[in-house]
Amino acid sequence: MQPLVEMRDISKSFGGVRSLDGVSIDLQPGEVVGLLGHNGAGKSTLIKVLSGAYSADSGQIFLEGKEVKITSPRSSQQHGIETIYQNLALADNLDVAANIFLGREILKNGSLNEDQMEIEAKKVLDRLKVNIPNLKLPVYNFSGGQRQCIAISRAIYFKARVLIMDEPTAALGPQETAQVNELIRNLKAEGVGIFLISHDMHDVFNLCDRVTVMKNGKVVGSCKTKDVTEDEVLEMIIAGKKPRVLRDQA
Amino acid sequence: MQKTTPSSNPNSGNLFSRLQLDGRLIFMVLTIAIIWVIFNVLSEGIFLSVQNLWNLSVQTASVGVMVSAMVLVIVMRHVDLSIGSILGFTGMVMAVVNARVFPPDAAWNAWATLAVGLILGGLIGAFQGAWVAYLSVPAFIVTLGGLLIYRGGAWLVTEGQTVGSLTNSFQVFGGGVGGSIGAIPTWIIGAILLAYVLVNDVSNYLKRQRNNLPNRPMWVQIIVTGLLVLLIFGFIQIMNGYKEPQTEVSRGMPVPVLIMLLTSALMIWVVRSTRFGRYIFAYGGNPEAARLAGINTKLLTTVVFAIMGVLAGLAGAIQTARLGAGTNSTGTLAELSVIAAAVIGGTSLSGGVGSIPGAFLGALLMSSLISGLVLLGYNSAWQQVVQGLVLMIAVLLDVLYNRNRPR
Repeated sequence: MQPLVEMRDISKSFGGVRSLDGVSIDLQPGEVVGLLGHNGAGKSTLIKVLSGAYSADSGQIFLEGKEVKITSPRSSQQHGIETIYQNLALADNLDVAANIFLGREILKNGSLNEDQMEIEAKKVLDRLKVNIPNLKLPVYNFSGGQRQCIAISRAIYFKARVLIMDEPTAALGPQETAQVNELIRNLKAEGVGIFLISHDMHDVFNLCDRVTVMKNGKVVGSCKTKDVTEDEVLEMIIAGKKPRVLRDQA
Repeated sequence: MQKTTPSSNPNSGNLFSRLQLDGRLIFMVLTIAIIWVIFNVLSEGIFLSVQNLWNLSVQTASVGVMVSAMVLVIVMRHVDLSIGSILGFTGMVMAVVNARVFPPDAAWNAWATLAVGLILGGLIGAFQGAWVAYLSVPAFIVTLGGLLIYRGGAWLVTEGQTVGSLTNSFQVFGGGVGGSIGAIPTWIIGAILLAYVLVNDVSNYLKRQRNNLPNRPMWVQIIVTGLLVLLIFGFIQIMNGYKEPQTEVSRGMPVPVLIMLLTSALMIWVVRSTRFGRYIFAYGGNPEAARLAGINTKLLTTVVFAIMGVLAGLAGAIQTARLGAGTNSTGTLAELSVIAAAVIGGTSLSGGVGSIPGAFLGALLMSSLISGLVLLGYNSAWQQVVQGLVLMIAVLLDVLYNRNRPR
């Protein structure tokens, strides 16, 4: 099957530190791949290469088999790749519609079409069953869960094919986490491919079809969640030890 | 996803947010009204005389022109300390160009002189902005350097000589003799303002109602619109109430006030209705989010400083023309009045929050205080003391306001 995304042999150094060392990963349509590893293992760097925040020193990126050059956040978005950051990348002082459309505002005769953006924002939030009563309020008024849902609806509105989520629930309470997880399942059903970075083993096994574990800038291994136990995944993360299913293949 | 925080419920929160009114703006208007009444009583009716209010409008113009750009600079978490010096330097260059380079009797002289000043201001601003954006030197340092450089530059242009005998056509920008537009054009501008306010308010209200978006209660909208109409009407009356000496001919709106109105209107439009304005506020709220949304934040910073420079050049033209001469000390400490006006008007030093109408009221408040103190016979030392105190109180209010804000 043709992968939706394939990153091949990606390397990236900061100063003398090799953050990514020949990393290759892939993602199928409608698949949720958990990206795991210690802090500093290179997960965030890898997804920032895909989202255009960093550019790789070497390596190739393929979307549906075609090689693409991702040079900036804008070009990543133009390829249908949307990113949800762990630190809630919203401008807190702007209202809901302004955040959803940030960088891609609807214009009318060259000036902002505020009403249209508010209407469209309301539509997408309703579709995702996100309850936000007043879209004219700056987003600092809302809870962490509501704000994460706003960030996700931004990705949905612009018809993401690939969604990158960097610890989307790290700052959220249990109930809000459940909301976001529900959203992830809905998107998966719509055929969106999702990279999920998470430290929560429970969430990973709940949501992901596959896990890819990284350590010291390299991929330890990638396997279906149904083929491994939580303990095996923990060993991959901590010791860099391959689980039995991958050892058997070799 | 049925969770509702208290503050996001439209039926809770304080009275102002429920009525979709800007509480801070109302507070400013009330403060200015109180200051005016107090000064009027103390000066036995002189403060609110037509002459004094007309002069007050001219005195507000220079700061009023610059403050809208300062709002943008501060919203982007920067500051510009160099604008007083840019004002002085561009003013000096314009004086030289006007009196010594361009032919004095050429009709194009005044406009060409103004263009030189605006372009020079814009280049200086862009240069400083590029240092901030591309070389990552803090704006505080870059513009502190600029404060010294361009003040020194203003002296070097003529080795400290004052440049006099500016052309009459250039002095019009200062609002002196022949520097007002007359009664009928003033009424026309008033009519345009009135028509704009009425059409805009009514059509916005109807459009939001049609699209089923939340609206102000009708009576609040009527009061707000009504007050604006009264304000415009009163303003035009004052502009036309001041007569030429020994005649019944109205002077009308002074040219610098017209310039201030035009720049403010343009800047308000930029902030409210363009992507550029939206990105400035997005950057102020969360620079990283703006960058990740694909906004070219470095270019944005450079352009904002360039606009600040252009408006400093424009203020340089107003002040130099008003004085009728170029001096190397013109605009000294102007940066502080402008920053104070922006902060008093609700621009938050922590970035992301600010309004041009608010800053404009801040400028009016500052010039009202100075004008009142002058009327009551306090000298400039006292004016500085009061200005400094007002600035500190304004920042205190901002700190208190932010403390009550959920973060």
